Amino acid sequence: MTTRLQTVRRVSWAVVCKDLRIEWNSKVLLNQVAPFSLVVMIMFAFALDNEGILQRVAPGLLWLATLFSMLIIVQRSFAVETADGALDALRVAGTEPLGIFIGKSLALMVQLFALELMLLAVALVLYTVEPTATGYAETFATMVVATVGLGFVGTLYGGLGAGARGRETLLPLLLLPAVAPVLIGATRATEAAFESGGAQSSQGWPWIGLLAVFAGVFGAVGALAFGPMIEE
Amino acid sequence: METVVELRGVVAVLSSFPALAGIDLAVHRGEIVLLHGPNGAGKTSVLRVCAGLLPIERGEGSVMGVNLRTQRESVRERVGLLGHSNGLYLELTVAQNVAFWASAVGASAQEVALAMQQMKIDGRLTNVKASQLSAGQRRRCALASLMVRRASLWLLDEPHAGLDQEGRDELDAILRTAVMSGATVILASHETQRSRSLATRVITVDGGLISGSES
Amino acid sequence: MTTFQTAFEAKSKTTGTAASKKLGAATIVAVIFLVLSGLIFSAEDVVQGSTVRIMYVHVPSIWVAYLAFALTAIFSGVYLSNRSRSLIWDRLAGASAEIGVLFVAVSLVTGSLWGRLTWGTFWVWDARLTSTAFLFITYIGYLAVRRLGGTFRQRARRSSVMALLSVLEIPLVHFSVNLWRTLHQKASVADPNAKVSLDGLMLFTLFWGLISFTMLFAWLLVHRQRLMALEDAVQDRGLDRAIQQRRTEAGL
Repeated sequence: MTTRLQTVRRVSWAVVCKDLRIEWNSKVLLNQVAPFSLVVMIMFAFALDNEGILQRVAPGLLWLATLFSMLIIVQRSFAVETADGALDALRVAGTEPLGIFIGKSLALMVQLFALELMLLAVALVLYTVEPTATGYAETFATMVVATVGLGFVGTLYGGLGAGARGRETLLPLLLLPAVAPVLIGATRATEAAFESGGAQSSQGWPWIGLLAVFAGVFGAVGALAFGPMIEE
Repeated sequence: METVVELRGVVAVLSSFPALAGIDLAVHRGEIVLLHGPNGAGKTSVLRVCAGLLPIERGEGSVMGVNLRTQRESVRERVGLLGHSNGLYLELTVAQNVAFWASAVGASAQEVALAMQQMKIDGRLTNVKASQLSAGQRRRCALASLMVRRASLWLLDEPHAGLDQEGRDELDAILRTAVMSGATVILASHETQRSRSLATRVITVDGGLISGSES
Repeated sequence: MTTFQTAFEAKSKTTGTAASKKLGAATIVAVIFLVLSGLIFSAEDVVQGSTVRIMYVHVPSIWVAYLAFALTAIFSGVYLSNRSRSLIWDRLAGASAEIGVLFVAVSLVTGSLWGRLTWGTFWVWDARLTSTAFLFITYIGYLAVRRLGGTFRQRARRSSVMALLSVLEIPLVHFSVNLWRTLHQKASVADPNAKVSLDGLMLFTLFWGLISFTMLFAWLLVHRQRLMALEDAVQDRGLDRAIQQRRTEAGL
């Protein structure tokens, strides 16, 4: 007999492989989302039009670009499920919702993290940011913890009535306020890491703690609420 | 005889439209029931109610002893539904699709290979993306994914649609085998000529109700 | 059909009952007294002058909003845990959230008017203001989820999960915004109430405001819930008619 834990592990592994394989086959992240986030980063420079300011607010812009891109990735992540009724089929097959939640969250995290790395490189070049070695360590720590939280919360809200009409336009309204703590925490932590605006690198760690709390809370809540969320 | 599906006065609503208007239906184990009727008669909704996907608004219903009102989620592990859509990931290849469904429901590699062979989507087709398949090939792919499920109640919505002559014969053979090993089949189809020979009972659905039945 | 129809129409003329009419009358008296006490009887503040009177509306409004959102969460929890899944809990949750959004809006508007008079600006990025704005947006999102469509039970299930997620979100947002304002830069304004020294009548007026606004909330909640029940009944009646119509299609 297989235990529930084994089932969850099997399903989440199947889902994460499937989602990443879809990305590998279709290259939407690479060909569409990444260029979009690059354009956003450049548009910020047009809007702010001052190198001093850009350098100062680079961390905030980095995370804003991440959040905007995340909206697209989340929508895409559930569009592939509903395009040919796969989510219905998963539900009929009695597939463990917790496994779907974990699998889709992990796939989202991997894609987000790849995107953040690219955006970081862009910020280093375009916004002339020069972190120290500890600054880099802190930046990566921030990215890892923030990405875990974003992956959970994005999957949870993305699954809301997946298939209900008007969902696509509703997602930003629901998701952006929910990720406000991540924007605040990750931006402050990255500011500390970049030492922008006179921040010190040691000031970043409490914010990383906040991000960890966020990730933990939404991981736990998502595990409970995702099942009812994707139900009609 | 063991009753697999029992619906009594079931009303099911699709955003305020009563797709089922108080339907009564009993299906016994080992039957192959054909639902036929005009477009919009409610055939698909009957299947979706039986699969535990569509909630019951009024009336009572049970599938394999599971109450559809209170625990419709728990009926799902034991039913297999082939809907209008195929439930495929269009960006994945045939092999990747079937393999995903197999690992999601916990089927073995041999079962996958067998199902793909039976539905003739092995060989050249395995590494073609689902988006590039013809309608009939997608249907075959969906059927293979369904076969690895080993469901006790098969719910098929227009299963013959898009299949060629050979494919239809294969599907009929598969359904007969499934019934022989203890499964029950309900299928909705317009192609009454074809399905009549397969079915043990034909039920006419119209206006969200059963309007006729013949054995 | 006809008996049901007449019974329905007789009932639908009003959403009030004897009890709610009494509550409504008492609320009107209480609010009139609040207006008199707030605008005429109570004294001006030494520092703020007449501006202090905004407080008698502002503070009760935000209190009602918090009460409403807490009740939305409680009603949603009851709906989900209740075996019978009675839709009254869902309607109470929805009604409560609607009133809550209204009162957050009132407190944001009165707050920024007060800010304009006292600080010379409508808005400051103070922790309390920012998280109140988030509260407002979050529950607008909740109300949008309620309007996603589907059957009553779909709506109830979806929105009660959403309501529980929203109450979870609020402390997280509140905490992080607080941390942001305190760790990052000192709040530019001190606590607005700290400057005010309240005399007896002012304190009483504020207290009276809390009571009368709570009564107003209860009255609105009862009526909104009943109105929603009627809306649902109308839709249900539409369903009855639709079922009849659909049956004639079948020619039975």
